[in-house]
Amino acid sequence: MSYPDSIRIIQLPCTGKVDVIHLMEAFQKGADGVYVVGCLEGECHFLTGNLRARKRVEYTKKLLDEIGVGGERLEMYNIAASDGPRFAEVAREMDKKIRAIGPSPIKVALQKISTINNVTVGRAVGGE
Amino acid sequence: MIVAERKPLDEIIEFIKDCKKILIVGCNECVTVCYAGGKKEVAVLASALKMAFLKEEKELEITEVTLERQCDQEYLEEIRDIIDQYDAVVSMACGVGVQFMAEKYLSIPIYPALNTLFMGVTEERGVWAERCQGCGQCILGQTAGICPISRCAKRLLNGPCGGSTKGKCEINKELDCAWQLIIDRLKELGRLDDYEKLIPIKDWSTERSGGPRRIVREDLQQ
Repeated sequence: MSYPDSIRIIQLPCTGKVDVIHLMEAFQKGADGVYVVGCLEGECHFLTGNLRARKRVEYTKKLLDEIGVGGERLEMYNIAASDGPRFAEVAREMDKKIRAIGPSPIKVALQKISTINNVTVGRAVGGE
Repeated sequence: MIVAERKPLDEIIEFIKDCKKILIVGCNECVTVCYAGGKKEVAVLASALKMAFLKEEKELEITEVTLERQCDQEYLEEIRDIIDQYDAVVSMACGVGVQFMAEKYLSIPIYPALNTLFMGVTEERGVWAERCQGCGQCILGQTAGICPISRCAKRLLNGPCGGSTKGKCEINKELDCAWQLIIDRLKELGRLDDYEKLIPIKDWSTERSGGPRRIVREDLQQ
């Protein structure tokens, strides 16, 4: 029951805690894809946390489309807490999907900018 | 409250496309309540703009501030010491706040991030609807507390018109006919006789037709 090592898990008490800004910041920091895994619909311990999370995910997808990052990089899944095999399956599915889409333009830009900055620093040091 | 919604990001990006350092200013009043320009929306806009710039391999430095109100001088003064550091300000207040800030800070461009829509209520979570047009002569006393100026498409003072069908307006089947609402409420209040009284022609000079309006209260002036 293994899942790809590209996946980094951020634990929350309930997906109802997920806000638009959390998803946006993940992409801002260079994530190629993000998916939110909530409990099955109708089985939220806090009643509507996972339903709210889905609506926020949908809203954020539109924002990502608007800025050209691509809403398809963000998804929401509902998996029962006891369903490990499905969790691993979704992780592989998401990993495959994001690899097919390719790296996030934000990550690419961040890497380019950091390379340029490093080169500039290197030259400055070399010049001295 | 004044209800607004965020402009399309493309429009905001166009305003600031040549900037390197901007200040995004939110407002803690109406636009916070309608989830358009409060602290959270400032953070989301900042993140979206940074990513939009990064995608073009440009870096945009953003400072986020949310003032108590942008329609009051004392709160606008809170950014006086820092505002000169920026190439532009993006205000997430209603049109009132944006204009007042532009009046107070003459040397820096102030851009609106919102489209200001109406004075309204939160009908339910995530749903806002218009209730007042600020006509300057409130007739709610005669109309059972339901405003035909803001809620009737024709702004009829003695309605309903022939377009009212089964309590709905002809312009939209989802829209309640304001005059049907008025009649129903007058009936409930046992005041249906008031419906027989004609409301006289309204003096629209107190509305926008009379030009921009102003109130001066000498007892409060310094």
